[in-house]
Amino acid sequence: MKARVHITLKNGVLDPQGKAIQHALGALGFEGVDDVRQGKYIELDLSETDKDKAYANVEEMCKKLLSNMVIENYTIDID
Amino acid sequence: MKSAVVTFPASNCDRDMFDGIEKVTGQKPHAIWHQDTEIPNVDLIALPGGFSFGDYLRCGAMAARSPAIRAILEHANRGGYVIGVCNGFQVLTEMGLLPGALMRNKSLKFVCKTVHLKVENATSAFTNAYAPGQVIDIPVAHHDGNYFADDATLAALEDNNQIAFRYVNKDGIATEDANPNGSQHNIAGILNERGNILGMMPHPERFVEDAQGGSDGRGFFESIINTLN
Repeated sequence: MKARVHITLKNGVLDPQGKAIQHALGALGFEGVDDVRQGKYIELDLSETDKDKAYANVEEMCKKLLSNMVIENYTIDID
Repeated sequence: MKSAVVTFPASNCDRDMFDGIEKVTGQKPHAIWHQDTEIPNVDLIALPGGFSFGDYLRCGAMAARSPAIRAILEHANRGGYVIGVCNGFQVLTEMGLLPGALMRNKSLKFVCKTVHLKVENATSAFTNAYAPGQVIDIPVAHHDGNYFADDATLAALEDNNQIAFRYVNKDGIATEDANPNGSQHNIAGILNERGNILGMMPHPERFVEDAQGGSDGRGFFESIINTLN
């Protein structure tokens, strides 16, 4: 089964890269982009077949390595 | 002073750290490879600067899960001294030994220059050779030195006198212009609550003799010698 993990910066954490992307989009003529927040997307192929167990396992991975809980949030999708 | 320097793949200031420690203390540090699971009994473990594991995932994230980390944690928990400079600071935050995180510089640019630092805490094991409020010159060279912590953590750092160094102008004032990376409260280096662990973005090991352009970094290593005596 496949786990898809999105890592995003917590609200209130400045995102200078997101700001730079926003400015670059403006420079290319894209209007109306009020804010940009960038993050990471990680795909994991798992041998586990039980969805709940897979979720719990990936959540541990997020806490221990994939995200830094000081500055980042994670969301997990499993299918 | 007995010390050890830990090298991770893509550490690149480990040699500077060896050299700086030896020049000031007269004793050669032990060389530790990240896969070593034992570290000799030393007074100080130094985590050097660089781009360990290519900064993959997050700066310091991979290094903070290396086999050598368990021995570093045991040393720290015993009250042994640990310093992390630049990437070493990032590793210490990723290990959870120091609060907060180091993010991409606000300017998005790599900064490489000599900055003024104010010694905010001149009583710690790492700073007692300096005078309180002294302004020293130390080089920085980093892309991810923008210190971030939530408000409660920042308040605790301020209240407990855990901020060791702040970026300041030549008059010792912490201004926005003097802040090379956008760090909150102009923080350049912090101590843990117990005071045996210090992380800092600037490189004291690069400024230990005049031939390097300055020697204000010597006090950093001299402080540890003072503490041990």
